[in-house]
Amino acid sequence: MESTGSAISFFTGFKAADLWLLTEAAGRTLLISALSITCGSILGMVFGWILSVGKWRGDATLGVVLDAFRSVPLIIQLILFYNFFPIIGFPLDPFVSGTIVLSLYTSALVAAVARGGIEAVPTVTRRAARSLGLTYWQDLRYIVLPIGLRAVLPSWAGVALGVLKDSALVSVLGYVELLRASQILITRTQEPFLILGLVGAFYFALSFPIARLSERLERRWQYD
Amino acid sequence: MIEIKGVKKSYDDLEVLRGIDLTVEVGEVISIIGASGSGKSTLLYCINGLEPIQGGQIVVDGVDVHAKGTDVNALRRRIGMVFQQYNAFPHLTTLENVALAPKIVLGKPKAEAAEIARRQLAHVGLGDKLDVYPGRMSGGQQQRLAIARALAMEPGYMLFDEVTSALDPELVGEVLDTLRLLSDEGMTMLVVTHEIGFARDVSDRIAYFHEGVIEELGPPSQVIQDPTSDKTRKFLANVR
Repeated sequence: MESTGSAISFFTGFKAADLWLLTEAAGRTLLISALSITCGSILGMVFGWILSVGKWRGDATLGVVLDAFRSVPLIIQLILFYNFFPIIGFPLDPFVSGTIVLSLYTSALVAAVARGGIEAVPTVTRRAARSLGLTYWQDLRYIVLPIGLRAVLPSWAGVALGVLKDSALVSVLGYVELLRASQILITRTQEPFLILGLVGAFYFALSFPIARLSERLERRWQYD
Repeated sequence: MIEIKGVKKSYDDLEVLRGIDLTVEVGEVISIIGASGSGKSTLLYCINGLEPIQGGQIVVDGVDVHAKGTDVNALRRRIGMVFQQYNAFPHLTTLENVALAPKIVLGKPKAEAAEIARRQLAHVGLGDKLDVYPGRMSGGQQQRLAIARALAMEPGYMLFDEVTSALDPELVGEVLDTLRLLSDEGMTMLVVTHEIGFARDVSDRIAYFHEGVIEELGPPSQVIQDPTSDKTRKFLANVR
């Protein structure tokens, strides 16, 4: 403890208060990621379902829009979106802009995953459910959702982890999350190794539970 | 009673059923035999409304299956169906597989649904597999599970679509025995099958399907032992 204390004081500038700043920033990263992953996943499941049904006129358009969200670099989407609203007279703050763009981006990724999950359920299984008198929605809720979820859980966890790390890009809008906070501190302390190391540890601490949760669910859902 | 009147069914340009007339009386067991692609399975899918028809009419207990406004979900509770491919719900135990529909379709309390499931599973000889996931069971056991699952809705009719075709030969017997049991109990059954011997033993009548029409219909003593149609005779000679 003593030796650590002396090491920190030796690298001048980094104070206990800075650690608190990083912790707060990690909280903001967690907040914007959790919100975006949640909203994006719900939206993405709906989009994936629409794509899997494939009988409405809007399907092709939806597919193209989602492709755009997946292919245009996130940083460009963020800057375009953030600067577009002041032009039409509704300036949005960086947090709201970031959350909306990250959610849409997540939904585009989750849509592809969700569609795969729905299509992983064999037609005959769904027919068997319908032949028992289950309605379309009961079939989706009790048969397709649990079977599909189990099939795509690892892919979904991959998307969630990716979005958590991509949330760093919201820093370009001025939202002080982990990466932005680290840049501020590096500028002041000139201690990039220490600070980036700490930030890396924070990201790991945030990601680890997602990976573990996914692994545990996967193990619990081993049926055969 | 299931009344099938002049039913026509096509997939795009392919005409699968070309005018089927057949009446299934309550308590009757009718087997449908015929070559692959003769429309046997398609007819079953049309009877419980899983496939639309392009002509004719199917009436179950006085309800026109394909009429606008028919509640097909309500109708399907009265018609149990078992398919060729295994289709147990893999994420549910045997007990949960059977209890699901009584619980969410019929709205039975959980305990009552479980009791129904236990009874039906014992009925098909799976009373010792209640907590097993289907992935751990043999094909024959999975098919018996599918039968129990359909029976749990207390249907008036059971449709069997080549339920032994995907099974290893040594597992066919246990599933056919279950069908025999149901027939002995007076269940009304429509059985699409390639097991000619089984059809002869359990059926009140046998329908021979040929290219989308019923080529011959009659008791086993006629259709199997002494067919009137040359096509039936040729088919039977080939499968024996």
